[in-house]
Amino acid sequence: MKAKDTAQRWSAAINTVTIGGGARKSVTIGGAKCIPWMSYEGDIGNRPAVGIEIWDAGADAWAEEIRKQYGKVTSDPVAWAKRAAELKPDLLSLRLMGTHPDTTNRSPADAAAVVKAVLGAVDLPLIVWGCGVSDKDNVVLPKCSEAASGQNCLFGSATEKNYRTIVAACLADGHKLIAESPLDINIAKQVNILAHDAGFALENIVIFPTTAAMGYGFEYVYSIMERARLAGLGGDPLLKQPILCDAGIEAWRAKEAQAPDDALPNAGPAAERGPLWETLTAVNYLQAGADLIILRHPKAVMAVKEAIGRLHSGAASIA
Amino acid sequence: MYIIGERINGMFKDVRKAIKKLDKAPIQDLARAQAEAGAQALDINVGPASDDPVKALMWLVETVREVSNATLAIDNPKWEVQKEVIPRVPGKTIINSAKADEGTLDNFVRLAVENDASLVGLTIDQKGVPSDVDKRVELGALIAAKAAENGLPMDHVFIDPIILPVNVSPMTPGNVLLALQQLKLLSDPAPHLVLGLSNVSQGCNERNLINRTYLTMAVSAGMDAAILDPLDTELMNAGIATELLQQKAIYCDSFLDAYRMKVRAT
Repeated sequence: MKAKDTAQRWSAAINTVTIGGGARKSVTIGGAKCIPWMSYEGDIGNRPAVGIEIWDAGADAWAEEIRKQYGKVTSDPVAWAKRAAELKPDLLSLRLMGTHPDTTNRSPADAAAVVKAVLGAVDLPLIVWGCGVSDKDNVVLPKCSEAASGQNCLFGSATEKNYRTIVAACLADGHKLIAESPLDINIAKQVNILAHDAGFALENIVIFPTTAAMGYGFEYVYSIMERARLAGLGGDPLLKQPILCDAGIEAWRAKEAQAPDDALPNAGPAAERGPLWETLTAVNYLQAGADLIILRHPKAVMAVKEAIGRLHSGAASIA
Repeated sequence: MYIIGERINGMFKDVRKAIKKLDKAPIQDLARAQAEAGAQALDINVGPASDDPVKALMWLVETVREVSNATLAIDNPKWEVQKEVIPRVPGKTIINSAKADEGTLDNFVRLAVENDASLVGLTIDQKGVPSDVDKRVELGALIAAKAAENGLPMDHVFIDPIILPVNVSPMTPGNVLLALQQLKLLSDPAPHLVLGLSNVSQGCNERNLINRTYLTMAVSAGMDAAILDPLDTELMNAGIATELLQQKAIYCDSFLDAYRMKVRAT
């Protein structure tokens, strides 16, 4: 007797988004026509991409274990970018924390110069984030966007309350856009429709439902990503975007990742524990449909890349 | 919900006039406007406007096809008309409609299979529209069985349990809801369930209010398609909200726009 065909059929594909290109390397994410890795139901799409996070300033606040890996370069974004590029990520993620009004409060021109310098130093595609303070980002990001004009970067982030400036900048300078919605699928749709109404193509958006570390609300984000993915595959044009997962920054907030050995004596050595926490956070999100994962620790970068490679070739072999 | 726009029908004065004068513009405007408002298919009915329904239908089809690729529901009860028109319509079609009559239903089902068309089957037999729930379900089962027998996939089958005006037949709206609930269970996958919605308010006052109230009730009972006026914005909004409340879409503040965007994308 022939076994019943239980494969689900999906009516739509997740959008593909390409970052970089031209003289620069490029990376294309998205494109899945089935739920993650279920290759017998459809094309699993592009291999999820891995980005390495670097900051223009302020990385002295990072966990000791990560700073040990990069050494002095964390005080120089260009040197850091070059060092990170040696780890062969798909792209880099530059967060302009130096522009934060509560710390060094760097000017938009300074930030733009950093963006330009990083783009000049490495040939990887680039994600550029502001410092997260809307008023400051609204003056910093347009300058950075202009400085990166034509480089097809991914800029973050547009939110429900603050999207017009960044949407206009990305439109003018030909960049892709991160649409951010803190743990709320309703807002994820709404930010997309707002960006769309402001003239931005839904096909150029990557959605960022924000990320939670394992043990710190992970399941909540996972279920939102799942619902978004199912709706996207069902044809909802406002949830068909590839999903970004900012695993590094969140995993390293967890005490399990960053506490020194004497603070958690029974939890294993910090040198292993931190990267493991980051890796597991990221790898679990791969199951929910993460298309782009940003990481910090080189060991986590290696481990997640390896996991993606295994999942991808394994899924392809049973397609 | 699958919306079949009802406005290209010779029962409406503007359409009747356009058919008589062979004036394309009003027909094409209606085709575009209904698709823009969320109709996935367009009903095409010459009504009493022509002595030669095949010729008039083909003129309407060609006129609409100049501006729209939407599925066309060729609305005529006569076998002689359907068998002439359906094979000549470019693009996707729905045969609207066939009665659940043992003698003639097979022909319509085969015509649908041969032309990869969908078929609206009415729960009407030689005795007319059933007055009760059970007969509606029985005739619906006959339509589904004939479709299965002839190899018409269930997603190409629309069963219409026939709504009558509430002022004439006050029992019918309630009976149709009960029938919808049972028809939904006929097979897995289930056939589509459809109504010519506006009929519920024919000859009544406050027609739009009755239509949209009944739409929400019928969708709740399992109806997943409707022949209605998509240009009635409040009616469409009520349908969109009903589906939202049934968890068929994910909420966002602009959920009405989001729904219309989805329809246009598919």
